[in-house]
Amino acid sequence: MTSRSGTVAEPVEASEPGAHGYRRPLTRADHVAMPNAQVMTYRQALNDTLRQEMIRDDKVFLIGEEIGVFEGSYKITAGLLAEFGPERVRDTPIAEEGFTGAAIGAAMLGYRPVVEIMTINFTLKAIDQIVNHAAKIHSMFGGQSSVPLVLRTPGGGGQQLAATHSQNLEVWYAHIPGLKVVAPSSPADAKALLLAAIRDNDPVIFLENLALYNTKGPVPDGDEAAEIGRAAVVRAGTDVTIVSYSRGVLTALEVAERFEAEGVSIEVVDLRSLRPLDRRSICASVMRTGRAVVFEDDWLTYGIGAELSATIAEGAFDYLDAPVRRVAAAEVPLPYAKPLELAAMPDADDLARAVRELLQDTRFRK
Amino acid sequence: MSTIQPETSLSNHLHDERAIPTEPMVDGTSVPPGEASADFLQLLTPDGHRTPNADYDPWVADVDVASLVRLYEDHVVVRRIDTEAMHLQRQGQLGLWAPLLGQEAAQIGSARSLRSDDFVFSSYRENAVAYCRGVDFTDLMRVWRGNSHSGWDPYEINMAIPSVIIGTQALHATGYAMGCQFDGGDQVAIAYFGDGATSQGDISEAMVFAARFQAPVVFFCQNNQWAISEPVERQARIAIANRAPGFGIPSIRVDGNDVLAVMAVTRRAIERARTGGGPTFIEAVTYRMGPHTTSDDPTRYRNKEELDEWSVKDPIKRLEAHLSSMGALTDEVRAEVQAKADSVAAEVRAGTLGLTDPESLSIFDHVLSTESSWLERQKSQYSAYLDMFEGGAR
Repeated sequence: MTSRSGTVAEPVEASEPGAHGYRRPLTRADHVAMPNAQVMTYRQALNDTLRQEMIRDDKVFLIGEEIGVFEGSYKITAGLLAEFGPERVRDTPIAEEGFTGAAIGAAMLGYRPVVEIMTINFTLKAIDQIVNHAAKIHSMFGGQSSVPLVLRTPGGGGQQLAATHSQNLEVWYAHIPGLKVVAPSSPADAKALLLAAIRDNDPVIFLENLALYNTKGPVPDGDEAAEIGRAAVVRAGTDVTIVSYSRGVLTALEVAERFEAEGVSIEVVDLRSLRPLDRRSICASVMRTGRAVVFEDDWLTYGIGAELSATIAEGAFDYLDAPVRRVAAAEVPLPYAKPLELAAMPDADDLARAVRELLQDTRFRK
Repeated sequence: MSTIQPETSLSNHLHDERAIPTEPMVDGTSVPPGEASADFLQLLTPDGHRTPNADYDPWVADVDVASLVRLYEDHVVVRRIDTEAMHLQRQGQLGLWAPLLGQEAAQIGSARSLRSDDFVFSSYRENAVAYCRGVDFTDLMRVWRGNSHSGWDPYEINMAIPSVIIGTQALHATGYAMGCQFDGGDQVAIAYFGDGATSQGDISEAMVFAARFQAPVVFFCQNNQWAISEPVERQARIAIANRAPGFGIPSIRVDGNDVLAVMAVTRRAIERARTGGGPTFIEAVTYRMGPHTTSDDPTRYRNKEELDEWSVKDPIKRLEAHLSSMGALTDEVRAEVQAKADSVAAEVRAGTLGLTDPESLSIFDHVLSTESSWLERQKSQYSAYLDMFEGGAR
């Protein structure tokens, strides 16, 4: 007989960290403690890592619009054209479907293209190549061809770039089997995850964020790639878990600082990878704290936070003292005017309010 | 160059009230001298007469009688497979079939012009190309029987699994060709697509990129006159080949039912790409004698007169007439070719019927090329579920 498969999500056996060979997630302290860490911007970490990988592997090349002479709209590729020449830093016509498709063809020949799409909003021009081809060629070719492609693109609002240029569409890609989606929040992770993405044999959407490019942090020297699919507890705590990714992690850390003064201990889990999702680390944290808030820049309905809430409900339901709280953007096209944009985007105050309500709901006492 | 009068694709109006006025075609002006884009090359007339052509004769000078007989065999075998596949579909043994009836010469003439290390990116109708590349047809039938997304090893025969989204493969071919160029090799990529695909942005973007990077790629468009039910004159106001010069790509229209002419233009385009001359766009003017696929009925959207008109231009009849005029189509040759075609068809049928259903758990194979604990988890859950059934449900 043939039966329906489908995915019946079962409770995640969220083992305690360390059990069953499960490695303790890296913390921010681990990052800082790394020897030879230099403090640099997120932008510089990306630039250095691209250079490092292009030196290491001559199959790695960059392709996209404005990445050569103009050095990228956000200057991530600064200096690379001069160093590697126009064949390995390919300025292209303005056609996202075109250069994404061409990169897929080159990847099928054994190259490792790193595609830059100026913002995630423009990936919609290339979405057929991403979803129907990059994500499916390995499967549809019966495992005989791979697409080792990285698609770097920034998302995020807050720059007054208006409704079509300020979206957080990563959930579209995180939904697709055959893709991996990573979203570093720190310069150290920008490096470690980019190393991992370039060396991965599957297509990886590498989500950057406009608001993160100038943020600074320690970045270890060397060559150690992150493990894609591994979240990190970037701040340990005992009372509330906040789960977020990319820019949202910085907001979560800010809120955690605020509550520390009141004696509330908040644990912050940085997803780092949206697909695959590290369900164990999320649930393990919630089991420790009994309270969960998920924080995302995208829209609430069907957003990343919906998946996180479901994951927690499936994997740590019995440990919850209250329903999971979601904090996300207002469900409107992101406004252009600054005060309206700020009103629509979720911020530290929104997150703090949700945390406070959750504490009150559960009669939290120090 | 000497040519027959252009067989403009704008000439067959079935729906006169909607027809676009036939204005003179716009010539591409940036075409290299000696290859005007609106020209139409034919070396074999429909009655098998060989028309001399100073420009293109040298490109097929080596095609002797023995080679023509082999090409003839290709045609007959491929059509026989096509017929067998149609029967298999009607008998419920295939989920779908996209017949190539009428397009044999366009596919065989071009595919036989490639080197084995050149790479083919095709649509779903290029079954004759697949045959020429050496695809095992049981592997091809695996796809049409709904057994698997793919059959063959793309790197063994240098042909990608057909793209079933219209036009996307032209970009893959262009990127692959850019890679070949960067490698310093002299391999060429060829993208096959139909007239309908040329309306897609992918084809335009592929031409932009191929021209910009002078990629060693050949765009091979089989204008079979119909995009499902949409006739070409409702897709393009000028001959499709005439668009390419606007991108800076030389183009040519060729009689797609004339294997010799197709071979001549493809060889020339391949040679240009191989020697650093960049892309070429070929419009092979042919006709889809059958339905788009087995799931549509073309009598609902086109008339018999048009079919009769194209039937006269049939690629096999033409080759037979030509071979006969040289005394090369003996009864013995006919019998040998037919025997081979029948035997291949029998193998195709047996291979198809012998295909077994894949195991249920294989749905989790090849989602990623790297390991995934999430997928492994789903697989083990599903495996446990299947184990609950008596006798096994795999």
